[in-house]
Amino acid sequence: MKHELTNVIEHDNFQGEYRILRLAAPVTGPQVKPGQFLGLQVPNLGERILRRPFSIYQADASGVAVLYKAVGRGTEAMANIQVGDTVNIIGPLGNGYPEPDASKTPVLVAGGYGNAALYILAQRMKKKGIAFFGGRSAIDILLVKEFEELGWDVRPTTDDGSLGTQGLVTDAFDPWAKKQDFQSLEVFCCGPNPMLKAIGDRAIAHDFTAWLSIDRHMACGVGACLTCVIKRKTDTPKDWEWSRCCKDGPIYESREVLWDE
Amino acid sequence: MSKPNLEIKIGSMTMKNPVTVASGTFGYGPEYADLVDLNRLGAITVKGICPEEHVGNQTPRTFETRGGMLNAIGLPGPGAKGFIQKYIPFLNQFNTPVIVNIWGKVMEDYGRIVDLLDAEEGIDAYEINLSCPNVKEGGSAFGTDVSTFSKVIELVRAKTEKPIIPKLAPNVPNIGSFAKAAENAGADAIAIMNTMPAMAINIDTLEPELANKFGGLSGPPIKPIAIKLVFDAAQNCSIPIIGMGGIFEPEDAIEFLIAGATAVAVGTANFVDPTTVDRVISGIEHYLTAKGHASVYDIVGTVKV
Ligand SMILES: Cc1cc2nc3c(=O)[nH]c(=O)nc-3n(C[C@H](O)[C@H](O)[C@H](O)COP(=O)(O)OP(=O)(O)OC[C@H]3O[C@@H](n4cnc5c(N)ncnc54)[C@H](O)[C@@H]3O)c2cc1C
Ligand SMILES: Cc1cc2nc3c(=O)[nH]c(=O)nc-3n(C[C@H](O)[C@H](O)[C@H](O)COP(=O)(O)O)c2cc1C
Ligand code: FES
Repeated sequence: MKHELTNVIEHDNFQGEYRILRLAAPVTGPQVKPGQFLGLQVPNLGERILRRPFSIYQADASGVAVLYKAVGRGTEAMANIQVGDTVNIIGPLGNGYPEPDASKTPVLVAGGYGNAALYILAQRMKKKGIAFFGGRSAIDILLVKEFEELGWDVRPTTDDGSLGTQGLVTDAFDPWAKKQDFQSLEVFCCGPNPMLKAIGDRAIAHDFTAWLSIDRHMACGVGACLTCVIKRKTDTPKDWEWSRCCKDGPIYESREVLWDE
Repeated sequence: MSKPNLEIKIGSMTMKNPVTVASGTFGYGPEYADLVDLNRLGAITVKGICPEEHVGNQTPRTFETRGGMLNAIGLPGPGAKGFIQKYIPFLNQFNTPVIVNIWGKVMEDYGRIVDLLDAEEGIDAYEINLSCPNVKEGGSAFGTDVSTFSKVIELVRAKTEKPIIPKLAPNVPNIGSFAKAAENAGADAIAIMNTMPAMAINIDTLEPELANKFGGLSGPPIKPIAIKLVFDAAQNCSIPIIGMGGIFEPEDAIEFLIAGATAVAVGTANFVDPTTVDRVISGIEHYLTAKGHASVYDIVGTVKV
């Protein structure tokens, strides 16, 4: 993990409300593991001060890219970032996904920026599998072509049926998974917390491995402030302990997570 | 021109420069070790420790406000044993003094925690948290009544020879009397200030933004409050003051020194820009050089009023 002043080399609309921000980050880029993220300081956000976490969508020796959507003050202010500006990042942060188990069928389940977060993983995985992507409408499903080009079998679902199956991601995942030997699956999931919980519940019920990238509010991003904690199950009499999503996560195996109802 | 002397003393503890980090904003050291040269700091102040492991508050624990943040973390920590096992060996690798922030649920805890820690090599001073707004027990319950406040300090004083630094709340009726009381009770220095009790409400759900309902405000919005408290305390005691509250730039730290602080702590700014401590140390040095001062002490309490 390092602190780096980066130069903006691309900042464009990507699809729908998503934008792509590409940074020249020669220190951070080569270190990135799939599933890790950046703590990005939004320039000229004077009155709101904390960094914002963004999954790393692409990384190589020259730099990193993030795909983001404006949802609030910080991400809206990011619209003002210009090519050539300097952006201050810390990264790569978090644990990242573990090395995929070569004996299993890799399955990706994602929604929103989750598709972007899983892209490096998909790129670097030797074995290609099946990807279930969910969103409200066709415009919300990112990178279908890119995943297909990498050799993944992409199954989109949309609430309005404008792309793929109509319904939730689980409406496509469930009938497919029933036909598989559950224990042969290894699922990598990134998206909104309800999606993670739905997949996590299935993993526990059918005893397959599912890696979930948990989304939490963060302040420091490095494990110092204890803002981002989730309840992680333990074998101790207390049953659970706080785990720092930014440092010990954001990737957890489904059986580790104790969801607050 | 010769370099100014940045060294300062807190009781028997020597800091190579007057800059430490604020408890709870820097973990126990390892968290920022990739980003900050721990040997560069005047001292490392670790997150609050009480005798036993403590889980802290429910989430959400922090909320960002205009220019600052609220926190109600609730002092989670590994307890004395966990701290010694997990962090002391790490901290001993650096030639930087370690200030351990201690707190208790009941008054006796303040004595017990020192009993558990005092024999450990590598602990150089205790900062006594008498001012956390986020735990029902302990914290501010001990910091807002001057006689209880003095009793806790006397209790800790009787247990250790190491420097002790009570940390004060901003919302005490008269900070001068607390500063004087700390000095009389045997404190080596005082730390000012902890976060300011505060609240934020979500206008859609009508619920408080923090699970704990209330939290402590930190960051730039509290700096002018902290400057006044440091100034007032300095008028009333002759022990050193470690000033903190909203230090983001070297100029903020220098202002604290001029108000009467001998050292400063960088808190929330670490989250925003982990290079802040480094910049603050350099900035103080440049300022002293530019103004022709030989030592940090030349500017401490030099405010013209
Ligand atoms: C590990 C991680 C990786 C992420 N990767 C991406 C990414 O690749 N692309 C992307 O677009 N976004 C990503 N996010 C989410 C992104 O960090 C938030 O959208 C951003 O912090 C919002 O900041 P803001 O100032 O615009 O919103 P704010 O004004 O702070 O909030 C706007 C709304 O979003 C909610 N919100 C803000 N942050 C979060 C959060 N972390 N979890 C849940 N709700 C939140 C707020 O409660 C509020 O309702 C990621 C989050 C995490 C924790
Ligand atoms: C997230 C967070 C956690 C904190 N935890 C502690 C703590 O454990 N003990 C303590 O004495 N003060 C704690 N504080 C208070 C700080 O040490 C400091 O007094 C306060 O934040 C003011 O400084 P700042 O404005 O530079 O942050 C905490 C502050 C924050 C923001
Ligand atoms: S965001 Fe600070 S500990 Fe995770």
